[in-house]
Amino acid sequence: MTTRVGVLALQGAFRAHLDACAELGVDAVEVRTASQLDGCDRVIIPGGESTTMSMMLDRNELREPLAERLDQGMPAFGTCAGMILLATEVSDGRPDQKSFGAIDIAVQRNGYGRQNQSFSDALAISVLSTDAFHAVFIRAPRVERVGDGVEVLASYDGDPVLCQQGSVLVSAFHPELSPDRRLHRYFCELS
Amino acid sequence: MTESQNRQTGTYEVKRGLAEMLKGGVIMDVVNPEQAKIAEDAGATAVMALERVPADIRVDGGVARMSDPEMIEGIQEAVTIPVMAKARIGHFVEAQILQALEVDYIDESEVLTPADEKHHIDKFAFTTPFVCGATNLGEALRRIAEGACMIRSKGEAGTGDVVQAVRHLRSILGDIKKVQNANDNAELFEWAKQLQAPLPLVQEIAETGELPVPLFCAGGLATPADAALAMQLGASAVFVGSGIFKSADPAPRARAIVEATTNFEDASILAKVSRGLGAPMTGIGMDDLEVRYEDRGW
Repeated sequence: MTTRVGVLALQGAFRAHLDACAELGVDAVEVRTASQLDGCDRVIIPGGESTTMSMMLDRNELREPLAERLDQGMPAFGTCAGMILLATEVSDGRPDQKSFGAIDIAVQRNGYGRQNQSFSDALAISVLSTDAFHAVFIRAPRVERVGDGVEVLASYDGDPVLCQQGSVLVSAFHPELSPDRRLHRYFCELS
Repeated sequence: MTESQNRQTGTYEVKRGLAEMLKGGVIMDVVNPEQAKIAEDAGATAVMALERVPADIRVDGGVARMSDPEMIEGIQEAVTIPVMAKARIGHFVEAQILQALEVDYIDESEVLTPADEKHHIDKFAFTTPFVCGATNLGEALRRIAEGACMIRSKGEAGTGDVVQAVRHLRSILGDIKKVQNANDNAELFEWAKQLQAPLPLVQEIAETGELPVPLFCAGGLATPADAALAMQLGASAVFVGSGIFKSADPAPRARAIVEATTNFEDASILAKVSRGLGAPMTGIGMDDLEVRYEDRGW
């Protein structure tokens, strides 16, 4: 079990992830600097604007320290924009947008369209108990390719929407916006 | 494997969800695709497409309306971040048009000339989410009751004077604390009357201590310090309008305001990013105003 989760707080829905961790009794802190990251043994990269977060990773000199920790195998959970930042390939991104390549998937930014196409639906997740998970997709990325070592834990209309490779978990939807905490618990127990 | 069964779009949850994603960021007013690119390059989380920034609307006078759809589409093509646009208060047809254009958020805005002196738009009738301005808690709750999924404190747009933004933020957040301290339901009934707001929302606030939707700050922010001030006072994100593109050198100022919004509690970073930005917008003091936009909205 985790000792401390760092929630990347450069921009986006970090508050909702902190609240989710608190409900599970898991210690979680905001991470904006390298020294804040040092005290954490796993990381959540929240939803938000991936372009903004990517720039702020550089401006706050956090990209290299985080890349290093990910290389060392620190468990990571990326939701929506976080999925984009952890992927190996991003299409429809800005040319200067860099990702960590921590999970071998290709994603298309805003792959489901603009806000009017944002949606929610009940989702079956293989590693959780049989009850469906209420999944909220906001201008979500679409997974276009999944590498050999990647396990698809949930898919929706044929698209993978929850993937795991080793200790890296990514979702196209926002578990932090649902009251259901099973996925956060699953992540906190990953080793 | 899940096939879509009960796919729902345009729900309160989905609309509010995008507001959640915009937290901790800067939404910038832009009037053309070039400015939109500058905003995106600086790290804006979204852009607000409008025909003239508020400072120019003040100077030009006349009736301010929804922007030309061609201009909005040009901005949508130029950037990958969300694009918002403004409709006049009560002008539900402008809102219908903006929804048809697939803007990501509609701002029912007092900066444009109101189209209706009594009625705001029924925002539940739309799939596209709405943001509305408020000067106090009652106004915020009335807008939420009409379906707004994000509230921005109004401030006074186009002035470069942060004083009204501070006043409105403090008023909204201060009254939330007072409502929370109510001793019983009887006092909440009285609060609902005073605020001219629906009782269930007043009761919800008494319980949670916050608005049911994200509270952002707008109107008169012109410097990185202004943005950090709004964040420290309790806003979840900021809108910057004239403050960027009416300044001497917009790109570095836009970038500095983004950095200040993320690092709003770190004074050494604020000192660093506030350096050498050139002249801010000249601005107009509140006492010199002919029209107060904050008075628009009911």
